[in-house]
Amino acid sequence: MADLDTSSRFDNPDAAFQLVVDAHRTLDAEESARFNARLVLLLANHIGDMDVLKQAVEAAARSGR
Amino acid sequence: MGEPQQRHAKFSFGYSRHPDQDAASPVRHPVIIVGAGPVGLAAGIDLGQRGIPVVILDDADRIGEGSRGLCYSKRCLEVLDTLGAGDAVAGKGVDWKVGKVYFHDHEVYEFDLLPEPGHKMPAFVNLQQYYLEKYLVERIEQLDTVTVRWRNKVSAISQDAETVTIDIETPDGPYKLQADWLIAADGANSTLRKLMDIEFVGETFRDQFLIADIKMEADFPAVRRFWFEPPFHDGQSTLLHKQPDNVWRVDFQIGWDADPKEETKPEKVRARLDKMMEGRPYELEWLSVYTFQCRRNERFLYDRVIFAGDAAHQVSPFGARGANSGIEDSHNLAWKLALVIKGEAPASLLESYDAERIQAADVNIGHSTRSTDFLVPKSPGDKRLRDAALDLAVEFPFARRMVNSGRLHTAAHYDSALTTPDADPFGGTARLGDPAPDAPMTDAAGNPVWLLNALSRDFTLLHVANGAAPNVPEGLQLLTVGEDLKDREGLFAERYDATPGACYLMRPDQYLTARFRHFDRDRVEAALARARGGLNG
Repeated sequence: MADLDTSSRFDNPDAAFQLVVDAHRTLDAEESARFNARLVLLLANHIGDMDVLKQAVEAAARSGR
Repeated sequence: MGEPQQRHAKFSFGYSRHPDQDAASPVRHPVIIVGAGPVGLAAGIDLGQRGIPVVILDDADRIGEGSRGLCYSKRCLEVLDTLGAGDAVAGKGVDWKVGKVYFHDHEVYEFDLLPEPGHKMPAFVNLQQYYLEKYLVERIEQLDTVTVRWRNKVSAISQDAETVTIDIETPDGPYKLQADWLIAADGANSTLRKLMDIEFVGETFRDQFLIADIKMEADFPAVRRFWFEPPFHDGQSTLLHKQPDNVWRVDFQIGWDADPKEETKPEKVRARLDKMMEGRPYELEWLSVYTFQCRRNERFLYDRVIFAGDAAHQVSPFGARGANSGIEDSHNLAWKLALVIKGEAPASLLESYDAERIQAADVNIGHSTRSTDFLVPKSPGDKRLRDAALDLAVEFPFARRMVNSGRLHTAAHYDSALTTPDADPFGGTARLGDPAPDAPMTDAAGNPVWLLNALSRDFTLLHVANGAAPNVPEGLQLLTVGEDLKDREGLFAERYDATPGACYLMRPDQYLTARFRHFDRDRVEAALARARGGLNG
């Protein structure tokens, strides 16, 4: 079973974070939520692994508590 | 589907008094079927063709109007073909294979069911249910084994180890009948299910759909069209299908809070349709409102009472899994029940009906539930993800596979105790536990024939010619490919991974139940016994 890789993987994490933030900058709350939904489906498909996706869903749910 | 409206008659039949009603004690029949809808009629024909006398009871005296079960799948058409109604249904029905999905005002993508050439039956045809029922009733009129008694309403049922006894109400008053076996095919609101106090377990979805059959001259193609939140319908879903006779079927999502009485007022329906049809003239033919339900009985077999079709299981309509799966039920059941009645198989063979058709019902319910969840998002986040899939689908094929406007019916696969696992590897598209794929053949006289039409109503062994003459067990029909049948286009060899000497054992419902690289009488005999429920008939 593949594991969700939660190590820091970007050479420049600031730039990666900023890239996503910039995409949201001009959006209102609803537009942001819709944007995120599209982004999630694109990235989930890129991962293409149910085990990893499941761990990511659990990790995201856990972290927000 | 829950249909609040009374349907008007499309075709009417007369009630007539039967001598059984004057008998001093209840007359006994081998099989009584309750319900003369597609499933009951199909089961009756199937059993009747196998030489089993059947009495079908129906509380109405008419075939009701309305398209209702609309889309008939390839597998269903193949089954109807064995019942003598395939050509009529496929001939009258509107053949279609392309679906288009829209979101707001634009097309998101189109799918093509891409039916493989070299099969007799198309991927789907659309046909009003009343035509199907009419063709089946006409077929029954040709069979002296099957009779339908109209306006015979079952009001009580009991059974013991040997006998089912029912009370029947007629315009002439009540009478009783007895049966060795009773098939309950009396629909989603099954009276028998209620009389037997069987729980119908599952989910009802909090939404409603309005169906309109409209008569309209339109040059729209024969394409299934599905809109998510179209501009003409206040942000809800709409489905449009073409039917024969210039009739179009429109399904409008109207929400859980809509009042069915209000929504089926013609002026209200016209207001919705006028926006959609942009000024084209049309006539309203039939209106109804339904809710989605995904439910089934815990079992389909209750000793001598056997449930089939909507009486056994119910799904939401987007996927064409209602009538199609009900007719599959009847086809799975008829040969088994016939063998049991003839004493050629143990009654326990019927347990395989329960097991196989519950498997199929669960697959159908799963698909139907996921489709319904997609159509009716349950939270704002759910809806955003649904919309995200639709937005992405315009550009990205992966997202099209997430969009779910109904996963259309395909033939059921059975992981069944009746199936003999492969000892030798086989390629091709034929799969154990699936219906035999069709193929274009020629018969011994050189005439074109379809493989499925050449199979017998009993077990058939297809043997690929290799010079040997297999000594098949009694009662098993042998068809030698290369002699009795020739592989006209090489598609049989491709689909079955056929090599000289290979043999394929087909059940009476055309399911592939065993296959071997070389004929071996002991192995074929064992596979046949297994497929007959363990008793070597």
